Amino acid sequence: MINPSFSPDLLYDLRQLFSFPFMVNALEAGTIVAVLAAVVGWYMVLRRQAFAGHTLAVMSFPGATGAALAGLPGVLGYYLACVGAALAMRGSRRGTGSRVTETATIGTVQAVGLAAGFLFLSLNQNVLGGPETLLFGTFLGVTQGQVLSLLGVALAAVIGLAVASRPLLLASVDPELAEARGVAVSWLDLGFLLLLGLAVAATSQITGALLVFALLVAPPATAQLITLRPWLGMALSVVFGLVIVWLGLAAAYFSPYPVGFFITTFAFALYVLVAVWRWVRS
Amino acid sequence: MFAHDFVRNAYLAGTFVALACGTAGWLVVLRAQVFAGDALSHVAFVGAIAAALIGVAEPLGLLVATLVVAAGMAGLGQRGAADDTSIGITFAWILGIGILLITLLARSTAGGSGIAATNALFGSIYSLGAQDTILAVVACGVVAVLVLVSFRPLLLASLDSQMALARGVRVRLLGVGFLLALGVITAESTQAVGALLLLGLLAAPAGAAHQLTARPYVGLALSAGLAVGAMWAGLALSYQIPSLPPSSAIIGLAAAAYGLAALARRFRWRAAPRSG
Repeated sequence: MINPSFSPDLLYDLRQLFSFPFMVNALEAGTIVAVLAAVVGWYMVLRRQAFAGHTLAVMSFPGATGAALAGLPGVLGYYLACVGAALAMRGSRRGTGSRVTETATIGTVQAVGLAAGFLFLSLNQNVLGGPETLLFGTFLGVTQGQVLSLLGVALAAVIGLAVASRPLLLASVDPELAEARGVAVSWLDLGFLLLLGLAVAATSQITGALLVFALLVAPPATAQLITLRPWLGMALSVVFGLVIVWLGLAAAYFSPYPVGFFITTFAFALYVLVAVWRWVRS
Repeated sequence: MFAHDFVRNAYLAGTFVALACGTAGWLVVLRAQVFAGDALSHVAFVGAIAAALIGVAEPLGLLVATLVVAAGMAGLGQRGAADDTSIGITFAWILGIGILLITLLARSTAGGSGIAATNALFGSIYSLGAQDTILAVVACGVVAVLVLVSFRPLLLASLDSQMALARGVRVRLLGVGFLLALGVITAESTQAVGALLLLGLLAAPAGAAHQLTARPYVGLALSAGLAVGAMWAGLALSYQIPSLPPSSAIIGLAAAAYGLAALARRFRWRAAPRSG
């Protein structure tokens, strides 16, 4: 690759950005990921399930290593691990249902996933490069096929959320009231966790486990600092996500540093900026 | 197997790490702060990488990183506890810094970064030296004793902070102190079980104890006992099966204990509904 350099001519810079197919793929994938994570993450932040979301994000590690060990396609491993973890977190909440054991369950599920992933990794050391690639992703190695399958999952997830939005909002904000109104709250809980798992599995193949979490939590949390109105908040969250991903990809392109650093830093900076602005105004 | 130095070191350090994780973990679970422990463990990883990059001793880097972030988390929220969302955003960013540091490290020491990162993530308890072992024993022993000494006020502050305040307990100070203690445990256990798996040792034995009993002292003892048991059995298991990494064995056993406890509770709950 020729050394890209940033110039004051922004139009030239943009043309430079789009001149490589791998960069076009990365931008397309990044755009889909930003929208998907912002919408699903908005509900996740509202439901205070950041820990569960992070645990699901981490599941891509055992998923990928396990699939490599068993000789299955990696994609299948991601989905199996995420769905399995969602079911495990959900299953133990039944009957006991207290907040105390809930976080212990999520923590245990995450540790088991990581322990299993480490075991798989040490059983076939030569197949995979190392844990860092899985955890931190390879945004710039995205293929056209991956972009298409990501688009499919994103469309399904967003449509699913749109259909279930009213009962899900009610169940998230006030479960007792929702239950009284005849909403099947426990099924919605499970459904949302599974959807979160699917979204994370699709995204983390591209962004890596750690970056997907930043995109899931930061744009929605920033949006919810500004407004609690659902549609406006989700729209803001999507805008924030897009800006963060595009700026991050462009900055990584013109510098020798990894994209994950830029995306998480921009996300954090935006959140702090909005938090400070809100604090000054009040 | 105890004829080997490295096995004795692993057992000695592991016992104290497990004791500290078991006792502190019981309170972590009670206070619903498992996510804070999770965040600290990821921060420990970044601290280890940073230490490798600037050439400081790894235990120092770990300790500084976890203590700074523990203090930050305590400062962010009321009652000396931050909420899920601010924890999540902060540690996502710290991990982003970790990505940057790994890239820098990979450039400065061709090839060494992979090993350093893997060790920090998943631990290498069988490669602890004598000095690391002493450090782990002392640090974890002190933390475990501190937690036990301040157990009564901590318990009250965790269960009913208003009541604790009325009784003159300094709730906020306790919350900050507890998070700092958690930071020390994280830094020490990272060497043994690794940053990513430490969470299991904090959450699984304590979760099992909470499933089985609501009585504080019984639960605390049970949690510590389960943690130490998982550590001993896991070490022995991975010594016998060379392809099984010790961290995976330890966490697997601890999680199995949690699973059994959850099953036992559900079974008992069905048999005698009034105790549920």
